[in-house]
Amino acid sequence: MPNKTFFWFFLPTGLAMILFIGLPIISTGIQSFYAQHDQVVKEVKKCDPFGCTVSIVVDQEKTSKIREEKPLGKFNGFGTYVDRNHLAIEEIGKFWNETNSFEEFVDQVTNLPFYKALIFTLTYCLFVTPNVLLLGFIIALSLNAVTRRIRGPLIFGTILPMIVTPLVGSLVLFWMIDAEGIIGANLQMLMDDPYLSLKSSKTLTWITIIIYGIWHHSPFAFVVFYAALQTVPQEPVEAAIIDGASRWQRVRHIVLPHIYPVVTFVALISLMDNFRVFEPIIGFSAEGSAQSLSWLIYDNLVNEEVILFGSAAATSMMTIVGIAILLAPVLIRTWKEFRTAR
Amino acid sequence: MRETNMKKILISLLFLLFGTSVYADCNIKSGSINILANDFPALRTFVETAKGCKGSADFKVTHSSEHNKIAVPALTANPSEFSARIAANSSIVPLMNQDLIRPLDDLVKKYGKGIQDSQLITIDGKIMAVAFMANTQHLYYREDVLKELGIAVPKTYEEVVAASEKIRASGKMQYPYAAAYKAGWNLAEEFVNMYIGHGGEFFKAGTAQPSINNTKGVATLNMLKKLAGLSNPDYLTHDSEAIKVEWESGNVALMTLWASRSGTLLDDDGDAKITAATKLTGPATVAGGNIPAATLWWDGFTLAKNRSDADAEATFRALAHAAANKKMVADAADQAVWLIEGFKPGPKSIGVIEAVKMKAKPYPMLPQMGLMHGALGSEIVEFLQGKESAEQALKDVEAAYMSKAKEQGFL
Repeated sequence: MPNKTFFWFFLPTGLAMILFIGLPIISTGIQSFYAQHDQVVKEVKKCDPFGCTVSIVVDQEKTSKIREEKPLGKFNGFGTYVDRNHLAIEEIGKFWNETNSFEEFVDQVTNLPFYKALIFTLTYCLFVTPNVLLLGFIIALSLNAVTRRIRGPLIFGTILPMIVTPLVGSLVLFWMIDAEGIIGANLQMLMDDPYLSLKSSKTLTWITIIIYGIWHHSPFAFVVFYAALQTVPQEPVEAAIIDGASRWQRVRHIVLPHIYPVVTFVALISLMDNFRVFEPIIGFSAEGSAQSLSWLIYDNLVNEEVILFGSAAATSMMTIVGIAILLAPVLIRTWKEFRTAR
Repeated sequence: MRETNMKKILISLLFLLFGTSVYADCNIKSGSINILANDFPALRTFVETAKGCKGSADFKVTHSSEHNKIAVPALTANPSEFSARIAANSSIVPLMNQDLIRPLDDLVKKYGKGIQDSQLITIDGKIMAVAFMANTQHLYYREDVLKELGIAVPKTYEEVVAASEKIRASGKMQYPYAAAYKAGWNLAEEFVNMYIGHGGEFFKAGTAQPSINNTKGVATLNMLKKLAGLSNPDYLTHDSEAIKVEWESGNVALMTLWASRSGTLLDDDGDAKITAATKLTGPATVAGGNIPAATLWWDGFTLAKNRSDADAEATFRALAHAAANKKMVADAADQAVWLIEGFKPGPKSIGVIEAVKMKAKPYPMLPQMGLMHGALGSEIVEFLQGKESAEQALKDVEAAYMSKAKEQGFL
């Protein structure tokens, strides 16, 4: 495609991306460098049905004047980024000096909210992404081998997990794994342990969420792989059969190399999706045992009665950086291949 | 049979007569009314009553248990999405902090006939809200289970623990106690209650500096953990609705739950045997204290500042009609402890009335309390899971709170 044609072709998408993705990110970035103004409070008398007390409130007259002058708030630089609820630079330094063993140090660090969330997010990514790729590929291969007559309904059934809204899907599973739900109760019987609860243990909650993640994301990988499998040329496959190559050898040496670019694409997309894991935490009411970076942002925005815009913005920016770091190897590789291809 | 039918007809006729005369009183000609409220039966009744006098005004209402999450953004918009917000002691604070609600003095003077002085929430001499019901968390117990095992109705949390252990030992129930311990707001609320029961203060006097890492804080956490050990192991995922279901399934014999939920526990739905044996008592005390380990709450209405005066007037008139409505109070006496004149407390209001008698403290209405509540909800979880010490958990709460308070400009 000539560059000029490409430019006009891309323009509408590019504009929409700048408008709906670029600008909000810039605005979030700016927001993350600001904190609220110092609150001016005053003592007042408060009366309610249970009696009167002297208490404090925010002095609106003085505060509104300060807010009008600087509506963004107080410039805080990287203050929010390094505070205890985010990167916690100071605290980590302190732990390093105060703890006696490395294990203790790790314990202390992973107790900080940001690192706690980061560890869950990474664990989720590392377990879900490869399994999604693998499972998606296996399903695609198997369905490709099934006779055409029943393929349609089978494909529909396979992509159901993706069609179901994430929140609904996780809620259904949440009720099934309840101690009185079908999975929960059967597991208790199977393990002969009436106290077994998938929701109370941190490890089991993590496993549940990861399994849910694999279940929910595999259809996407499957659909893309299945489409790619249709483009595999038949001649080399037939030649390989004549040469006596086993099924595994055919997949390994012909199919996989052919659909390799698609695998990279699916890996990229799943990594990005998984790094933003959020819905299952809400659906499984797992806030106690599992927090992700996206959940931290949500918590700062809605869970408090006081909204923490600075915190939410800082975590958002760090999530973007995190995704960039995670994707870097794959992106660099794609870029190199692109260069050599040219 | 015929007689009861006649009665029914008579009553509905009376309703009709009474109803029309009440509606005629309001006579609202214009304006638009849009209300944001939490979702429980008493609030629905209240808003319905207000709707009855909407006249020719536009009337919309959003009942949502997620009301806290939308209130501030929705009222910050100008014009605000809602003309009124049904708030409580905690949720009025962020609205005050951001200056999103208007003083009601003029409107109360003009249209507030029948509203009692005790219903008015005044802050710095200005009326900011009109309360209409009170709420608290208190104990519910299964009379049949306690009687069978010869257990007296517990008055303290120590007795709750002892009673629960006895029930468990008897083999009748595996997890005899329940409270809304869902990580987040609910769990933090239980800490607040228990800490106040221990006589604790959340902040150093006159400042926003936290002061919960002390022996009272540790005792609070230990008591919560003991109770959690007697609850269903999934307790960290259980909110008020979930423990209500546990209760109705007959899995629980002692429970701490909101008074406003008693109506749904004692209605005709569900197992009649359990409903008949469900009894209410006041909130428990703890550690030999006099004041109950519970907080008193009011629910009242506030009016958005960023909305036209005409809308505010229409909204106030409709809501004031409900907030001084003796008929609603008489009809829905079961649904809540109304603060409205003419309310005769029934058996379902025992919890709140006992709490007031025992001089329970109201939930602290401090501008930075929301941040403390938020920090508590996530940082004490690991202690309950047995992963860290009480001191460490409290230290974490204070540290998490300090960072948030600094960002918010309170420190």
